[in-house]
Formats: sequence, C-alpha cells, structure tokens
Amino acid sequence: MTEEIIIAGFGGQGVLSMGKILAYSGVMANQEVSWFPSYGPEMRGGTANVTVILSDNRISSPVLNEYDTAIILNQQSMDKFEQHVKPGGVLIYDPNGIIHPPKRVDINIYKIEGTLIAAELGNVKTFNMVVLGAYLKAKPVVKMESVEKGLEKSLPARHHYLIPMNLQAVQKGFESLELVQGVS
Amino acid sequence: MGELRLMKGNEVIAEAAIRCGCDGYFGYPITPQSEIMETLMDREPWNETGMVVLQAESEIASIHMVHGAAGSGKKVMTSSSSPGISLMAEGISYIAGAELPCLIVNVQRGGPGLGTIQPSQADYFQSTKGGGHGDYRLIVLAPSSVQEMNDFVETGFKLAFKYRNPAMILTDGVIGQMMEKVVLADYIPRVTDEEIDRRHGSWVTNGRKPNRGRNIITSLEMDSLKMEHNNIRLQDKYAKMEEEDVLFEEVQCEDAEYLLVAFGSSARICQKAVDQCREKGIKVGLLRPITLFPFPKKPIAALAKRVKGMLVVEMNAGQMVEDVQLAAGCNIPVKHFGRMGGIIPSPAEVVEALEQKLIGG
Repeated sequence: MTEEIIIAGFGGQGVLSMGKILAYSGVMANQEVSWFPSYGPEMRGGTANVTVILSDNRISSPVLNEYDTAIILNQQSMDKFEQHVKPGGVLIYDPNGIIHPPKRVDINIYKIEGTLIAAELGNVKTFNMVVLGAYLKAKPVVKMESVEKGLEKSLPARHHYLIPMNLQAVQKGFESLELVQGVS
Repeated sequence: MGELRLMKGNEVIAEAAIRCGCDGYFGYPITPQSEIMETLMDREPWNETGMVVLQAESEIASIHMVHGAAGSGKKVMTSSSSPGISLMAEGISYIAGAELPCLIVNVQRGGPGLGTIQPSQADYFQSTKGGGHGDYRLIVLAPSSVQEMNDFVETGFKLAFKYRNPAMILTDGVIGQMMEKVVLADYIPRVTDEEIDRRHGSWVTNGRKPNRGRNIITSLEMDSLKMEHNNIRLQDKYAKMEEEDVLFEEVQCEDAEYLLVAFGSSARICQKAVDQCREKGIKVGLLRPITLFPFPKKPIAALAKRVKGMLVVEMNAGQMVEDVQLAAGCNIPVKHFGRMGGIIPSPAEVVEALEQKLIGG
C-alpha cells in the first residue's frame, strides 16, 4: 500500500497539523511516512499545503506532481490541485468558500461540510480533525486507534486533555462525508 | 538504543549534535534552517551535556566563534542558509587555512542574492570548489533523508577531526523542512579536556602545558616558500580524502542503459523517476554522490563505460554536471536538467527530460 496525499488550504486552517497527525498515525501503524510542507510566508496566513505519503515500502520522492488523494479547503487550492489528482483518485473538499466546484469526471469526488460541523461542535479549531475523519471514511489507510495514538504523540502533554474533543470531531467527520461523484 | 521518532530534518541536526557530544553551536537564524537553533534552545543541552548554544549577532560572528572554539580542540558547529553561508565564507577559508575541525550546515535556499526561501542546490560550486578565497576544500556531505541528517552529523565531525578540516553538511529546504521517521543515535559523552590534550595536544591552543611547547594557530605565513609548503600539505590532505573517504550510493545500476546522477533531495525525486522509467520499460539507474567533495569520480567513470548516457539532475543551472562530465569523459553524452529559483522538479519532469535529452536525442 502507498497513499500519496496533498492537503491544501489557508494558513491557520490546521492543514499542516492535520498532515502531521496523519503522519504520526502512520508511524503508529508501523508504516513508512513522509511529510513535506510548504513553508515560510504560509505560516502568516497565505495558502498552505502539505504532501503526506504513507507506505508499506521505502518512500522515494517526498515531492510529487500527482496524488492519490487531494484534500482541498479553499478555492486557490482547488484551482491548483484538482488537475493533479490521479485518474480514479479521490478529491475531498469543503464547499465553504468554494465558488467553482470540481469539474473532473474521472475521479471520485466527496464533500465534507467541515466548517459547519466544527462550528456545530462548538470549536472551530476542530475543523481539521473533522476533515481528517472524512478522509479516513473515504480512505481507511489508518485505524482509529492509530489516530488516537498519533494525537497523543503529536500533541504536547499539556494539550492531551483536548484529545477526546478531537476524536469526537474525527468521528463526526467520518460520519458526515458525502459522495458527490463516484467512478469505478 | 535506536529511539524511533518522527522529526524534521532541521530538528534532527540539533538532536544529533547534542547526542554526538558536540561542545558548542554558534549561529544566527535564517529560513529555512531556523528550527536547528530553535530545537537546540528548546532542548537546553547546557543543562544536560554542558553543550553551549549561542545566538551570535551575525553569521560573521558565528563562524569566528566556531574558529576560536575549534582552536581549543572542541567539537563545534554552526548552521545557516545560502546568503548566511556567503557571509561566513571568509571565516571558513581561515578555518581551512588554520587546519581546524568543525561542522558547518548549509540548508540551501534559492539565490543569487537574498533570492528566495524555497529549496535549491545552487551552492554546489560554492561548497565544493571553495566559496572563500584560496586553494582549500571542504569535506561536503549531502544527505538525502532525515535519517542521513542524523547520521551525517557524527560522520561530519569524524571526518573533520580525521583531517583537521571543516566539514559541511550541504542540504536544502526539502530535507530540512520535511518530516520522516528517524532512528536517533545513542548519546556519546563530550570529550574531556584531558582527552583533548591526549588526542590533539600537538596543535590545540587550550593553555600551554609544562610538557609541551607553544601551539600557534594561524593561517598567516609571510614566507612564500613556507606558504607553498602549507599549500602542498593541504593538497596532500585533499588527495588522501579522495583515496579514503568517497561515499556514494548506486540504485538499480546493474542493468541500467541510462544513468541519472543526483544528490540530496534531487536524488529522492530521481528515485521515483527511476521507478516510473522502469514501469515504461526504460532501464534507468541512479548514482547518488553522498560526498560531493571528495567526489565519486571512479564509480562514474566505471558506469560511463556501461551506459548510453547520463542525465545530471540538480536544482540549479548546471553545477555538478561539470564534475560528472570530467569523470565520465567524452564517449557518452552527459546532459543536465535543472529547475531554479526554489522550484522543485517533479519526477515526471525528470522522466520527460531524460526522454528528450538522451533517449530521443
């Protein structure tokens, strides 16, 4: 198994930490992982993206030009990355702020109302965990126990009291993924 | 032993420095390598091993602190990114001239000038051909994974002390910023002052002892004949490095008809390109120089007799390609493919360049 993922959105949406938790979950499941972020001005509110690779084998390039899965969280990222999903691959997006929905007909497209759900959960910061849950529904590359362990590893001990809330968000996202277009 | 962690390349440099018994780090922040000093400051190794971590007022101050501390036989290092390394160039030349061991980490970004903060390999010439003034060489190690960022800290120090010469880890924003699994090294205790006297008593300036004469560290020699002798001694040392300490990796070269040559992050991209070529039925291999100086001339010369052509892939306008051409000779085409200014080539672009420049051409 090799899963090549791009997660892209605005700086501050938790794109990089979502990738980090996913990478840690992979480590907990004894997979090879790589996490390569965009860095620099993105930390100050520009667009941010991260390439995460999970694999049973040694990972060659941490930098890719096509992806098994694209998780897209703003319009700029849709414009940039929709075209780079492999045929038959997966695109997951949050429709909030998306003016031009994806047009590809050769990929599986899913929607997750991450912004809305996070607001309903009462903590908008759990947005990225809702999206992570949705992703794991579409692509069960790691088990929920591994995500829990991944959260423990990636969060400093003083934030561990937040883990149940984050897991609830992951669960809610898992239950809320909507299929827009399926290709065999 | 063998603690497994998920870490950024930059963080690993800091962790490896502490664990290998480094005595001092002197540096000044610059993207994309600031996590090295940030991690050191977070770890507070002065409480744990006694290692000094100091943010200097500039890169120039940092390298001269390294110069002074290296003269006392301590295991010391600095790190920076391209424009900062240029500022250090004078000091690096002095350290090479004074024949002192130290470790310098360059997490390259795009240039020239202030350039960009995105990854680049445009400092190959600067690192391997001098950078500062005078006939000197650095030992240059090019890691291509976070694990090698860990391993090469200790390797760099070992080689630096073996030859009393500055060693450089030449990496870039890709390897510095990415996270991968890494097995951390075990702790090595810092070398004691008594041990420094025993090992390096012939040259260290750590206070004259009753049983030895004065040690003087300088790169200055006003007598040209003596200075030429100093130069000859340096050149002998560099020749010895080329005999004894060349490192490289061959990937799927046994049956290769075409060869990619790449170092550091470009080599990772090329590994994927090799896989993609082989899926298409094109027999491609990869030679990855690990030491950029001393350069792996012999394996390239040997492969030049077996393959139809070589493509050198670098994130620059064509620098290492000159060394590959020299090593390969004139019987096969040796071409270059590169992206510049902080753009990272994709594996697909490498495959396309190979098809256009070698197979189709």
